[in-house]
Amino acid sequence: MNLIDCDIHNNVASPDSIGKYLTGRWKQHYEQFGIQYYFSGGYYHRSHASAARDDAWPPNGNLPASDLPFLQEQLLDKWDIDIGILNTLYPAGEQTNRAYGAALAPAINEWILRDWLEPEPRLRASIVVPYEDGHDAAEEINRWADDPRFVQVALVARTQEPMGRRKYWPMYEAAVSHDLPLGMHFGGAPGLPITGAGYPSFYFEDHCGMPQAFQAQLTSMVFEGVFERFPTLKLVLIEGGFAWLPSLMWRMDRAWEKLGREVPEVKRPPSEYVREHCWFTTQPMEEPSQRRFFRQMLNTINMDDRIMFATDYPHWDFDAPDLAFPVSIDKDLRRKIMVDNARGLYKLS
Amino acid sequence: MNKHIVATVDEIPIGGRKIMEINGRSIGIFNVNGEFFALLNRCPHAGAELCTGTVTGLRQSDAPGEYIWDREGEIVRCPWHGWEFDIKTGQSWFDPTRVRVRPYLVTVESDVSDYQPGPFMAESYPTTIEESFIVVDLSRSK
Repeated sequence: MNLIDCDIHNNVASPDSIGKYLTGRWKQHYEQFGIQYYFSGGYYHRSHASAARDDAWPPNGNLPASDLPFLQEQLLDKWDIDIGILNTLYPAGEQTNRAYGAALAPAINEWILRDWLEPEPRLRASIVVPYEDGHDAAEEINRWADDPRFVQVALVARTQEPMGRRKYWPMYEAAVSHDLPLGMHFGGAPGLPITGAGYPSFYFEDHCGMPQAFQAQLTSMVFEGVFERFPTLKLVLIEGGFAWLPSLMWRMDRAWEKLGREVPEVKRPPSEYVREHCWFTTQPMEEPSQRRFFRQMLNTINMDDRIMFATDYPHWDFDAPDLAFPVSIDKDLRRKIMVDNARGLYKLS
Repeated sequence: MNKHIVATVDEIPIGGRKIMEINGRSIGIFNVNGEFFALLNRCPHAGAELCTGTVTGLRQSDAPGEYIWDREGEIVRCPWHGWEFDIKTGQSWFDPTRVRVRPYLVTVESDVSDYQPGPFMAESYPTTIEESFIVVDLSRSK
């Protein structure tokens, strides 16, 4: 095995892609109302249509990454990818009608299984869950967790509440009971301002500001005691970058020494929870203008076993496997990032 | 001499382009307002096929809130990450001195009997004398 891609976004070819797996009351709802759909969980129009590479539209004219043969040709075959993990950005978790979201999720997962995982054995997938309701999400995890092709639970970085909150815990309990990592992905459109300073003007700010959401989520999960309550929980931060990790960990550790008694359930320095529970994907990587500092950054993070390669196909900020890193990196480390870390975490073979 | 006949003048209209393989290199030939330019079809950033990207103009500003739109049709935007390049020079919009895609010298010529025919055999075009051909010189970067 030489290459595992930890972030691929398959999409629907038509409304019927999902509709055919819905029945009864919710099928009728789907046909009448459609879905609430802020593309990829964003309020800001992307710089590229469908947020995709301009060359990723399949010949049949449907949405990028909606056509398996074209995805196989343009991604899996072209780069000789051994295993690719689908993180489907279909907003079951964002439906304001929560029951509808809970009904959409199993149809989406059925579509992922039948239309993607079954015909293409190189693919694995994250389970789409209605994450704003911890109990519904747990039920959805339990529905699919026994199938080894589902390797993760799909979450987003922008949620209605910080994800340390108890309402999300039943979902964590289910994930842990099946030893499935949580994959928190760039995006989310819960109806709240996307920064701590309100709504910005530009997609630019949406794109570059996303680490704020990841940092808020990580801080919340540490200080609410999620990692104390679920000592085997695994959290993958997907498409959030990682250069910000050292400063966040330093700041949390220093504050914990002084303020730790506000949250006595947090028994260890926060950075220990991060190092123990978290994984990160590469796309996008922060690239220092003096490139040699990239290696220094990896050394400072000191989580060589936790960084995993991702292309983000078909999105416009796609990283090509052969040119992804701003500097050449050590062969052993490269092997870990391209293959071994993901193979271990997701138990891939 | 490494000159190649790549097209007839009529073949690439204003705003149009032709992408072709010459000596193992993929090259895009553009018609910008009646002038022809050629760029290597490979983005220096991540290797995408740059010349397949959207041809656009330059959005500039001298001050916040003041916008200038000009040079329409002279900029190509990479289909992957959106890096923009000046079709006439190969220079990037954001770092013109350091980041550029290789441009090639293009001429329009009628007497091409000395040149390598590229994909076009001269005899394919019976009106060789009157016909004007677009010629790309691979030996010279502009």
